[in-house]
Amino acid sequence: MSGSAPRIGVVTFPGSLDDRDALRAVAQMGGEAVALWHADPDLRGVDGVILPGGFSYGDYLRCGAIARFAPVMDSVVAFADAGGPVVGICNGFQVLCEAGLLPGALIRNRSLRFICRNIWLRVETSQTCVTEGLTPGETIQIPIKHGEGQWVATPEQLDAVEGRGRVVFRYASPAGIVDDDHNPNGATNNIAGIRNAAGNVVGLMPHPEHAVDPDVGPEGGQPLFASLLHTAIAGVSV
Amino acid sequence: MTTFSFEVLVTLKDGLSDPQGKAVEAALLALGWSNVAHVRVGKHIRLEVDAENVAAARAQVEEMATRLLSNPVIEDARVMEGASS
Repeated sequence: MSGSAPRIGVVTFPGSLDDRDALRAVAQMGGEAVALWHADPDLRGVDGVILPGGFSYGDYLRCGAIARFAPVMDSVVAFADAGGPVVGICNGFQVLCEAGLLPGALIRNRSLRFICRNIWLRVETSQTCVTEGLTPGETIQIPIKHGEGQWVATPEQLDAVEGRGRVVFRYASPAGIVDDDHNPNGATNNIAGIRNAAGNVVGLMPHPEHAVDPDVGPEGGQPLFASLLHTAIAGVSV
Repeated sequence: MTTFSFEVLVTLKDGLSDPQGKAVEAALLALGWSNVAHVRVGKHIRLEVDAENVAAARAQVEEMATRLLSNPVIEDARVMEGASS
């Protein structure tokens, strides 16, 4: 793939934390990692965009509320509307919801505690830019680390997300059992990640970029990056 | 142009559980105020707007309240007029 590696951009906002890990994960999985800057609308010709985790603008007002108005976001929205793959991880998921690219919102964990540990996810659909290499029902282990990861939505939004197969990941047991015992933050229907109608925009609270290197933890993030690199070139088939 | 003061009160929608409110409620109960219930925590934002008249100022604050100050998916925003200066 040398010379034609997919170019994946990672946006750094003031307060982003996981941009470095995301860039590193892209490179480790064979992509060309491209650093993007919140104040620069130029996406530098990337084939895919990652909005990383962290605390953009200090999480002031609401998580992601101010980042969504950053100059780069107009370009990200246009890129997503044109079918380009966009993945929001943790704070990036919050930004995508605030920007209206994904439905619902993330509110404080029901325990009120910041949670940082490895969890299991059940894959619900392979029709997205990060799961095309996975099989529905399969489980993967990757970490979560968030204080505001409880996904909620209006009844109409929830009906649309559930009814049209837009749930991408649910918190589950290692065997794939979805119940309240395996719901770390109180998210509606154990929802950990969702997609848009076309499947090219995905938001998830867990951190695949922290789960690609066998030296430092689980490797459940690898297939997500492999899918992203592939769909960045080939597109998402829904 | 006149300067108008406003206060915007942002609260989680009634149907949504408010973990912060619950924690505060538990703390109040623990302090012995056993007659307290339904505690909800919100945000209070104070601001000033220069505008031709109060109607124009209010319209602008209403728009700001919906577009940035609150997230209509999870929150209600109440715009209240303060004293003009």
